Amino acid sequence: MNFDLSEEQRLLADSLAKWAARSYAFERRRVISESPEGRSAEVWAELAELGLHGLPFAEADGGFGGGPVEIMIAMEAIGRALVTEPWATGVVLCGAVLRHGASEAQRGELVPQIAAGDLVLAPAYAEVQSRWTLSDVATRATPTAEGWRLDGTKTLVVHGASADRFVVSARTAGERSSPSGIGLFLVDRTAPGVSVTDRPTHDGGRAAEVRLDGVVVTAEAVIGDPAGGLPVLERAVDEAIAAIAAEAVGAMDAALRLTVDYLKTRVQFDRPIGSFQALQHRAADMFVAVEQARSMALWATMAVGEDDDAVRRRAMSAAKVQISKSARFVGQQAIQLHGGIGMTWEYAVGHLFKRLTMIDKQFGDLDHHLDRLAAGDGLTEAA
Amino acid sequence: MDLRFTDEEIAFRREVRDFLASALPEAIRAKLAEGRKLSREDLTTWTRILHAKGWAVPHWPVAWGGTGWDPIRQMIFRDEIQQLPAPETLSFGTSMVGPVIHTFGSEAQKRRFLPRIADLTDWWCQGFSEPGAGSDLAGLKTRAVRDGDHWIVNGQKAWTTLGQHADWIFVLARTDPTAKKQQGISFLLVDMKSPGITLVPTRTIDGGWEINEVFFDDVRVPAENLVGKENEGWDYAKFLLTNERNGQARVGLSKARLRRIRRALDAPADGSASPPAGSAVRRRLAELEVEMRALEMTQLRVIAAEREGGEGRPDPASSILKIRGSELQQATSELLMDVMGPAAAIAHDEAADEVFDWARGGAATYFNLRKLSIYGGSNEIQRTIIAKAILGL
Repeated sequence: MNFDLSEEQRLLADSLAKWAARSYAFERRRVISESPEGRSAEVWAELAELGLHGLPFAEADGGFGGGPVEIMIAMEAIGRALVTEPWATGVVLCGAVLRHGASEAQRGELVPQIAAGDLVLAPAYAEVQSRWTLSDVATRATPTAEGWRLDGTKTLVVHGASADRFVVSARTAGERSSPSGIGLFLVDRTAPGVSVTDRPTHDGGRAAEVRLDGVVVTAEAVIGDPAGGLPVLERAVDEAIAAIAAEAVGAMDAALRLTVDYLKTRVQFDRPIGSFQALQHRAADMFVAVEQARSMALWATMAVGEDDDAVRRRAMSAAKVQISKSARFVGQQAIQLHGGIGMTWEYAVGHLFKRLTMIDKQFGDLDHHLDRLAAGDGLTEAA
Repeated sequence: MDLRFTDEEIAFRREVRDFLASALPEAIRAKLAEGRKLSREDLTTWTRILHAKGWAVPHWPVAWGGTGWDPIRQMIFRDEIQQLPAPETLSFGTSMVGPVIHTFGSEAQKRRFLPRIADLTDWWCQGFSEPGAGSDLAGLKTRAVRDGDHWIVNGQKAWTTLGQHADWIFVLARTDPTAKKQQGISFLLVDMKSPGITLVPTRTIDGGWEINEVFFDDVRVPAENLVGKENEGWDYAKFLLTNERNGQARVGLSKARLRRIRRALDAPADGSASPPAGSAVRRRLAELEVEMRALEMTQLRVIAAEREGGEGRPDPASSILKIRGSELQQATSELLMDVMGPAAAIAHDEAADEVFDWARGGAATYFNLRKLSIYGGSNEIQRTIIAKAILGL
């Protein structure tokens, strides 16, 4: 048991903090999030230069050989600076699909492009009726002479409009909710039959609806077993949960710091409002909530590499429950303690609150994961 | 960063678990499982078993009976004791006055008291709080006046836990009434058999007799029983209270109670139907299990920071342990009571109850554990510590 960062890990954290301070101040973030794309190719290239995009991949595949701890460090920085780039979905989630499902040839082709920042992937697994049930897939994949034909509509594809390719879940066999018969397909955004409708999201990003009308892909576009894609997708989503847990910790910590600074400087009744005990205790409760969330983000980081699906899933659900509870409390109280200024669009704390709120909605919310835990064997078995 | 226990730590946990399970006398195990109070004899028996193994005071210096375990092993040991559950040693001796004596006491005090604390020859109790000095402990009024080779102590202490069994009491007394509040206080070791000491039980809402008032009426205390320096007792008290706070997470106890709740839900003792998956009560259980896990990780972070930074430099997260540890114990006791249903209404006496024995201690423990967020520095005091010392407000 050792919580220390290695020298390389410390360097990664430092370089990201420096980059955020230099290049991703809140004002630039605001301009980017209000631009048509809601993200910035320039920022993506800067992150590539920092070595971020190759982080989760093995060196043999053209990556930089990082693991869950490196992802945690990167995501905490992303959360702190409210970065709108699709790193958790494009690199962590889709990257995990490639690592756990793709052939060596596919990885050899794609990973170097991802690491260089030249290829942006977007996971397209959700459908309007599926909520967080990954096995609920109505989109069909029909075998053809040259490969597969895809028909259906995917929703809430993070930054889908500016992605190069989608990782699409589609049903090759079985009923709509059957866990088997799901395949994962790489689909070019510009392929004939693909149409994309972009929508803004409250956290400053974009979510696309991706319609697939008779889209034809080759057999090489299938990732792994065309009927056995679900376990790969589930594992990838688990890795994304660990990642956004760390993102939430970064955002919560930033919200707490802004709030404490405000309490020290805002004067009412002739004294800083931070001298009032009611507000001091609320800030202390926020601190406790952030640290408990940090503990569970660490636990998720520790457990995400676990090969036993049940054990790993339980850990991710437990982490998500704590993260969602802490994020909601910290976000709401950050607004409350700021008073009116916290309600304004121009001030960062409201945007932290909104991202924290939307993290709950990604990959299963508090109720979803609590239900999963409540149906299981619990967390008290002897260690 | 490597967040797994090492193979050696896992083997150590196994060794501790096996020893505790085989060494714990059946009668004591049964009492704990049934929610009955332990007698002084029970705790003495158990302490002697641990002492014979060399594990009664693992956190003390090796010269005085400590094991030399690192903080992680200390944590594993505490966790295994709590989750079995087996009795913890008497904290007033082993975790409070013992460390004060081995850190600040004279050689003569160490030789005289430490061995008798370690094997529970002497039962210690705490004389800190007073009717007028609770959260504002430094406002205490008990006086000690020098008279030749003795101190003459007069005053009243309150909330003295298990004082009815005690041989000795450690007392904060004002020795310089002219000095500023915190600066005129001394730390005295007082024989409970001294003439002039009167102990009066305070009955608590759970029906139990756990706490007492202790009156001092011209009690003569030999001058050699002053710990450290005159008028510097507040520093020793702060040292003691910090140790006390760090031990209060008691994650293992909550873990054991959560397991008991799960068993009670899976096979209700009253023959009612087991609540289905997704029911409100199972969601409450899941939520508390998550809180337990988060607290366990926070505790490990605090311990790891302590190992890095050396003792006396606790991670800021340590203040969380008291707040969340007490709240989690209270919440688990609340859920256990709720799971018992209407049978929780029965107030048991010592006699066996053929129909409702399984509900023994349910509501009584819930009532009793309201104390956790009050003692050892109330949770409101802890929040003020976080706000001022960590957040700088």
